[in-house]
Amino acid sequence: MSAADQPTSASETAVSPSISEQVRVRWQRIRAGDVGSLPIILGVLVLVVIFQILNPNFLTPRNFVNLVVQMAGITTIAIGVVFVLLLGEIDLSIGYVSAVAAVFMTLRLRPPGGWPWPLAVATALALVCIIGIGQGMIITRFKLPSFVVTLAGLMVWNGVVLLMIGGAGTVVIQDKTIIGLANFFVPELLGWLVVILGVGLFAVGQIQGWRSRRAQGVASSPMIFMVATIFVVTLVGAAVVFVANEDRGVPFIGIFLVVLLVGFTFLAERTRFGRYVYAIGGNAEAARRAGINVSRIRIYVFMISSLMAGMGGIVLSSRLRSVDTAAGGGDLLLNSIAAAVIGGTSLFGGSGRVISAFLGALVIATVNNGMGLLGLSAGVKFVITGLVLLTAVLVDAITRQGRQARHRLMQSAG
Amino acid sequence: MAEEPILFLESVSKRFGAVEALSNVDFDVRAGEVMALVGDNGAGKSTLIKGIAGIYNFDGGQMFWEGQPVKIHGPRDVAALGIEIVYQDLALADNLDVVANMFLGRERVSSFRRLNESEMEKACTETLKSLSVTTVRSVRQAVAELSGGQRQAIAVAKAVMWNSKLVILDEPTAALGVAQTRQVLDLVRRLADRGLAVVIISHNLHDIFEVSDRITVLRLGRRVAVLKSSETTQQEVVHAITAGTLDTVPGMVVQ
Repeated sequence: MSAADQPTSASETAVSPSISEQVRVRWQRIRAGDVGSLPIILGVLVLVVIFQILNPNFLTPRNFVNLVVQMAGITTIAIGVVFVLLLGEIDLSIGYVSAVAAVFMTLRLRPPGGWPWPLAVATALALVCIIGIGQGMIITRFKLPSFVVTLAGLMVWNGVVLLMIGGAGTVVIQDKTIIGLANFFVPELLGWLVVILGVGLFAVGQIQGWRSRRAQGVASSPMIFMVATIFVVTLVGAAVVFVANEDRGVPFIGIFLVVLLVGFTFLAERTRFGRYVYAIGGNAEAARRAGINVSRIRIYVFMISSLMAGMGGIVLSSRLRSVDTAAGGGDLLLNSIAAAVIGGTSLFGGSGRVISAFLGALVIATVNNGMGLLGLSAGVKFVITGLVLLTAVLVDAITRQGRQARHRLMQSAG
Repeated sequence: MAEEPILFLESVSKRFGAVEALSNVDFDVRAGEVMALVGDNGAGKSTLIKGIAGIYNFDGGQMFWEGQPVKIHGPRDVAALGIEIVYQDLALADNLDVVANMFLGRERVSSFRRLNESEMEKACTETLKSLSVTTVRSVRQAVAELSGGQRQAIAVAKAVMWNSKLVILDEPTAALGVAQTRQVLDLVRRLADRGLAVVIISHNLHDIFEVSDRITVLRLGRRVAVLKSSETTQQEVVHAITAGTLDTVPGMVVQ
């Protein structure tokens, strides 16, 4: 994953610093409470060790591939949640909006007279985009709290799902491509080709960025940092493909997730739109005075939220090969929001990264998967997931307080 | 210092219902000078600034910019003329770094609509350097990590970066300690030395005498004095603020 590809990491001081200086600055930031993704990665490692000790079947290629497939739906939905949280808003409708997309698509695919899958998917996603735009417009136009509007959405879309499915109960998906989305595994050789291509593109991007900074004469980190980053990403990519190939191969949905994560990270961190989302989350008034159309950005974000929910819903239905009246219900909404928060996205707006959707979903899927292997009950799973969420929010709050205290200290010291 | 004012307000007025916030006020500022705007609470300073900023429309009077009469229809018109206002709350996004704040709403992009971070960082560093703002350790720091004086400096630099000709500062030193006030006043002086017109609103007469060339005193919505800082005293200004000569009492004008 591109967790190390932080835009802020390129330059820490005005003059080009030495390597030891860089290390020192980073260590200082960590000590000052700017811990980034560190706690979450440590948390995952601790969970993995515990589950492996309790059940030796945990760290197997088979279970690794299962884990990737299990976390795909929540990760996709949580990407949208990250954008909403960055604004300091919330979207409670995502669970049933995901079901609207999945059920709509499944019904359109159903023979006889079923639509071709691209048309069914595109229409379903267009539909949920309209839902998101509608909810966003109501929130911005009438200045209503997103909590209430999307709570109403939660109920409405739950009802719509039940109405759409009607008496059918369960509708089975027969389209091969849609089923393949979560159940197709890339052949061994192709898996290697994909990872080589991916790592190659990543390296080219890194080198280009580094050279552009050099060309402009702005501070850049030492070359060794960039080389190390590329090396680590290569190693992780190769390890994933190797382990997956020991089992059924790299799941197609895993590649799909990486593309989504990279694409939305680009949107959040390298485009005006993303910059404005962060700015609105940090200080909406400042954004407004800077000439940013705050309402329009907000509406787009609620559209992204619904779109990602819809995609996630399709992924989940592909995994189950069917939809039923329970689609979008249960713990889907809570897990999706919890994933973004556990991954390190602040509930207070303006702080977080797209990758946190992946990291948080990884934690939740790990807990579910590990508990499942241990044969623990759903009750225990919920308790543990809840405690993990609480820990994540506490870490966020404590580091926030640390930063504020430091800030006050600096202001009074001048 | 130029003789012709860059901004000239002729006899502007503003009413809020029965309250006459400004009545027939003249105001001018020239390129290369620091004009201080003083007055007690409710004297009309904010109304005057908001009128120039395009947030309010003046009810009467005329605004001239570089000798030409202009009509303002909103904040965008004002920015297009080359007027930037730094409000007291600074309007910075704490979670973004210095570069992102300086370019907020006017980001530079390269191919594929990518933000051109290195170019923006370079321009930002150059602007800060040209204003001798040296206390900011890194332009990649989040603004939340900066001190009050540094934040003020960033807000001013942001206003200056867009080739503005007039910068209006609302209480720039109100929340600052001694050393930081010093830095901001030096910065204000440098702006004028670069040929910009500066209007500074402040309650602190000591600061005003240190940095300004002329002082406009408002009292109860009227201009009661325009004084040269070098030819007046704090006592005289205080007297104008608190007991400035008024022919009539505003708000009680019989129609």
